[in-house]
Amino acid sequence: MSDRLVTAGLPLRSRLLVGSAGYPNQQVMLDSIAASGAEVVTVAIRRISLQGYSESLIDVLGSDIRLLPNTAGCSTARDAVLTAKLARDALETSWIKLEVIGDRESLYPDVEEMLKAAAELVTDGFIVLPYCNDDPVTCRKLADLGCATVMPLGAPIGSGQGIRNPGAIETICARSSVPVILDAGVGTASDAAFAMELGCAGVLLNTAIAKSRSPVVMAAAMRAAVDAGYGARKAGRIPKRDYAEPSSPQMGLIGS
Amino acid sequence: MSLTVRLNGKSETIEAATVTELLMATGVDPARRGVAVAVNGEVVPRKSWPEFRLNPGADIEIVRPLQGG
Repeated sequence: MSDRLVTAGLPLRSRLLVGSAGYPNQQVMLDSIAASGAEVVTVAIRRISLQGYSESLIDVLGSDIRLLPNTAGCSTARDAVLTAKLARDALETSWIKLEVIGDRESLYPDVEEMLKAAAELVTDGFIVLPYCNDDPVTCRKLADLGCATVMPLGAPIGSGQGIRNPGAIETICARSSVPVILDAGVGTASDAAFAMELGCAGVLLNTAIAKSRSPVVMAAAMRAAVDAGYGARKAGRIPKRDYAEPSSPQMGLIGS
Repeated sequence: MSLTVRLNGKSETIEAATVTELLMATGVDPARRGVAVAVNGEVVPRKSWPEFRLNPGADIEIVRPLQGG
């Protein structure tokens, strides 16, 4: 219990949070989510198609999954706040992954609008988990506003580049008063493990699982990687040395 | 009663006076989980749907969760 990621007072089953987008089909999505062990699964909020619509994601995902709606695609605080409020009514949750995008190509957050939206949502009683820049100052401001976590990007969304600025992530983790969840950029399991070794409390990813050749296998790998990275962080890596240091005993060598 | 409104970004003429009637007229089951409605930039809570009256020109958004990251 004490070893769990606690978000807004709630201990989560897993330090890995996953998205629900981009899987080859619904069954692979469900099997991947199960294999990942994630309790928190992100969803988008979109206009309903009035030409008839398919099975609801809520019913498909089941009650042991905690849905985390996002404000993906919003580029102003106003749109993000309305989307969050719609999500709260639709899903009966006050949790929101706040995304306010400032640039369509890089999908980098618009810090000014994000801070504005975060302030408004926190005041309105939302549990705000913002997708943000890998910038310690922005992260501190978000935490000071009352966000439940900060979720700095490792690399651009969907890029699979891993963690482009490990030093920044490490600094954010060292100073943050709220849990740091690495969001975006993870390409493979070692990236997720690395995020945990840098001190992250969790990892949120989607594309790295959904677009891999075998999403279910990758989901299990990510789960193991997050556990491994977390364990390694707790245990503490050995200091790096410039030269070799024999690990076998030096005495009793034959021929000496 | 017929009204011209903006529904999910498109101008539509609808036969509905309230949000519940609008949902039924557009084939969305109002009892279905996961649906939310905003009118003129404000969320209309589910419990207010039956009596919330729509005016001509109302800007209406009907949303639901979808796969996302």
